[in-house]
Amino acid sequence: MAGGDLEPVIGLEIHVQLRTATKMFCGCALGFGEPPNTRTCPVCLGLPGALPVANAEAIHYGLMIGMALDSELAPVSTFHRKNYFYPDLPKGYQISQFDLPLCSGGKLGEVNIHRVHLEEDAAKLNHAGASGRIEGADSSIVDFNRGGTPLAEIVTEPELRSAEQVGEWLRLLRTTLRTLGVSDVNMEEGSLRCDANISLRPVGTDQLGTKTELKNMNSFRFIERGIRAEVERQRAIIEAGETVTQETLHFDPKSESITSLRSKEEAHDYRYFPEPDLPPVVITEEMLARAAASLPELPAAREQRYIETLSLSPETARVFAWRAELADYFDAVCAADQSLDPHVAANWVTELQGRLGDEEAEDSKVTAAALAQLAAMVVSSQVNQGGAKQVLDQLVAAGGEPASIVADQGLEAVGGADELAPIVAAALEANPELTERLRSGDMKPIGVIVGEVMKQTRGRADGKEVTALVRKQLGLS
Amino acid sequence: MAGDIQSLSATAAAEAIANGGLTRSELFEHYRIRAAADTLNAFTWVADVEPAPVDGALGGVPLAVKDLFCTEGIPSQAGSKILAGYCPPYTATAVANLEAAGAAVLGKTNQDEFAMGSSNENSAFGPVLNPWDHSRVPGGSSGGSAAAVAAGLAPWALGTDTGGSIRQPAALCGIVGLKPTYGAVSRYGMIAFASSLDSAGPLTRDVADAALCYRHMVGRDGNDATSVVFPEPIETPTAERLDGLTLAVPTALVDGEGIEPGVRQSFEASLDTARSLGATIIDCEIPSARYALSAYYVIAPAEASSNLSRFDGVRYGLRVDESNLDAMYTETRHDGFGAEVKRRILIGTYALSSGYYDAYYGRAQRVRTLVARELAGIFERADFIVTPTSPTVAFGLGDRTSDPLAMYLSDLFTIPMSLAGTPAISIPSGLSEGLPVGLQICGPAFSENRILGAAHALEGAIGFDGSVTWGGAN
Amino acid sequence: MIDRDELLHVARLARLALHEDELDATAGELSTILGHVAAIEELDLEGVEPTAHIGDVSDSLRADHVRPSLARDVALAPAPAIRDDGFLVPSPQGE
Ligand SMILES: [Mg+2]
Ligand SMILES: [Zn+2]
Repeated sequence: MAGGDLEPVIGLEIHVQLRTATKMFCGCALGFGEPPNTRTCPVCLGLPGALPVANAEAIHYGLMIGMALDSELAPVSTFHRKNYFYPDLPKGYQISQFDLPLCSGGKLGEVNIHRVHLEEDAAKLNHAGASGRIEGADSSIVDFNRGGTPLAEIVTEPELRSAEQVGEWLRLLRTTLRTLGVSDVNMEEGSLRCDANISLRPVGTDQLGTKTELKNMNSFRFIERGIRAEVERQRAIIEAGETVTQETLHFDPKSESITSLRSKEEAHDYRYFPEPDLPPVVITEEMLARAAASLPELPAAREQRYIETLSLSPETARVFAWRAELADYFDAVCAADQSLDPHVAANWVTELQGRLGDEEAEDSKVTAAALAQLAAMVVSSQVNQGGAKQVLDQLVAAGGEPASIVADQGLEAVGGADELAPIVAAALEANPELTERLRSGDMKPIGVIVGEVMKQTRGRADGKEVTALVRKQLGLS
Repeated sequence: MAGDIQSLSATAAAEAIANGGLTRSELFEHYRIRAAADTLNAFTWVADVEPAPVDGALGGVPLAVKDLFCTEGIPSQAGSKILAGYCPPYTATAVANLEAAGAAVLGKTNQDEFAMGSSNENSAFGPVLNPWDHSRVPGGSSGGSAAAVAAGLAPWALGTDTGGSIRQPAALCGIVGLKPTYGAVSRYGMIAFASSLDSAGPLTRDVADAALCYRHMVGRDGNDATSVVFPEPIETPTAERLDGLTLAVPTALVDGEGIEPGVRQSFEASLDTARSLGATIIDCEIPSARYALSAYYVIAPAEASSNLSRFDGVRYGLRVDESNLDAMYTETRHDGFGAEVKRRILIGTYALSSGYYDAYYGRAQRVRTLVARELAGIFERADFIVTPTSPTVAFGLGDRTSDPLAMYLSDLFTIPMSLAGTPAISIPSGLSEGLPVGLQICGPAFSENRILGAAHALEGAIGFDGSVTWGGAN
Repeated sequence: MIDRDELLHVARLARLALHEDELDATAGELSTILGHVAAIEELDLEGVEPTAHIGDVSDSLRADHVRPSLARDVALAPAPAIRDDGFLVPSPQGE
């Protein structure tokens, strides 16, 4: 196996907290940031005698996700019990889905989906340090507020090939889910959590290498870095002629180190069996119709629309469509000035986003109306490109209205040949040697002349126009 | 007056209160004193004071409640050390429905731990004694409820039936016990044994009381996804004849090993009585019945092993302090559960575990399908299936504790209906060796009104005298 | 039918301590019961579907309406050990 190139084989399991009003199987309001154990009831505390009842809205959201991912939707879906003991699991089993998940198959972008199923989230364990009860022993404190939050678990086929591809695809997934409105999809707050199954194999084979599972990565950056680190770790092991052990791993972003989560390897036997407390869920025509009617325009459709009806370039269309916030902002710019060419609007949105980095345009000081106004001023030559970029810098820094910034700072474009011609003539006169070279056909010095004009106009002149005037005054064409 | 009160059925007591012949406090106090003086170990908790009165058809008639039901602020211990002293923050729907109809909770009754048992010897709070013979078991798992009603310590009681736990103790104590159609009564707040089999039902002195109690238990409950709307109101049974009705007897099953001659005789006498009331008796076969017991002893432990995982020492109940989490779990469960419960947890865990699921749980669920199919086939030809409720009369305390399999055979006749989710009633059919024998009448799903009617007719003709025990001597 | 190792594995899954002096008797009892329930292996169940749920419940879902939660002191009242408004447990290993 050591010979030849190795390629990563990566599959993802993504847990998405759904944004319902109540938990998956009880009427408790979802709890985020409330004081501990204030969002509990007999059901989500697993009290004796309590029974689960599935939340219709969670099923609805599950169907919407399935439709968005082009999955096959089960006509009848059942819940199973996944049995294991852990203090964050009040019943000793998690209600999840097993052989009849709500959604099977599907595709998002280039990645095939294996399945999507619904389940309940675990509670939260907080470290309590050494316990007073038992000398020297470590303790944890359980807060059941989060326990029972509805989760959609999305499982991809093991088709991703690089950390970068994972990052890009996860952003598309996040955009899709956010557009659906089914989740806050906030990694830092844990409403979107990703585990990655990673193995390596020789390029060109479909051999299955031993996989490891990288757990609970809570930001896009950490996911990419974690996967990269694990791929390199496995590569080193294989190239040293050793074998990868199947285990669950944790990536520590601070130290960039990967550690095994379970010291003693214990074979899991979850003893899945049909949840007797929950009858099979029959997916009716009404439920399907309601889910279909709730679907907003999804990234793929938006991408298509940008290409076909706005004739944006495929690259720009994808960049916008896969980042819903950006696309929404772009739509707002177009809406603010409907006479604006979408290309021009797209260029200015791209220009703005380049200055913002990770910050979302809609959260910046630049309103869509301001950006539209600025773009229109460039189109109508009220300000040139250079001036407009200076205006944009100021908008990003302090907000405001482009027209008044231009006026206040005298950034108006120097208008037309009449105003420019004397300035060009003066520049040529001041540089006789260069003027001579230009006349003799050596065009290299033209930049110096244009630069001189720009200096005189404090950047407000249009470079093309200046060049044309130089040529005209020297009788060059 | 005390003797008069004691002789009243629950229905009669409710009428007496409605007529002003009796006050609810008089009635409650009468039973409270008797329950508090319980010498059968039937109660694990008895009310100190009468609960605040609620107007309703049940008129304040005191109700004994099996300890498997959660009752807010009142110990609900399921016969287990692991729940010793546990008081839940909510009340089971079945109990709440009865309270809303006017019933007053008198006390909580002893039971086999987590309803696992047929003798009431598997209780952390000690065995219950049979009021007919204190050296014998009352049956189980609703033994406390059955003994309390049979001994006149409560006018009626709630029980639960997973494989026979209402019917068998009712038979062994000489009273009436109704196991409803699965889903007709909410399971919310009933501490789960085997979720796909558990049903709640009444244990009463007579069939009319069973109908009255049951009427106020049924109903779809938004807190129990498996609960269903009962398609018709539960009527007061008045039938005196069985004309035109066909009763099917699974002869091969009834004549199988283990049936006592006295039980067989009493059963034959019941069939004669049925004929004399106009019924036609036919023979039927339930070929899968002998496998039903095996299937039951896979399905019930499998579900129980999962249902009992919540008893982990974290949120309530017993905890054995250990510095290591796993040791805390395993020692808590070791000390908190009794032998039979541990046996079933292990059997159930084994049956669900990787490599064994298909051979055990998977096959058992298929057997279940067969049983339900066979019963449905019989109900196309017959109105009811009738059997003795238990192959034996009450056996001696300790007689079967060392042989789990012999104990499991107590449920031979009751288990097929549990697997099929169909209703069945046990009524006293007479005595054998001075001990009560029960007759089981089973019908298709939602046939409770017809079952109660037939049971009422037979009850009248059989003329069993239960007042021997509930009349006052205890 | 079930040996000590299997029994210990099952007991481990069930988080049930079995002390040394309980092992042999328990293995014996379980073997007897399993031997009895193994009778179902005789049946021809070809084409028979399993029954996991009895009865037809078509409308088993719950509307997404908030109901009041328990007061925290009520939720914590039956706990064997509490600290900082939560349920105190020994830490899971390896975390
Ligand atoms: Mg999961
Ligand atoms: Zn809750």
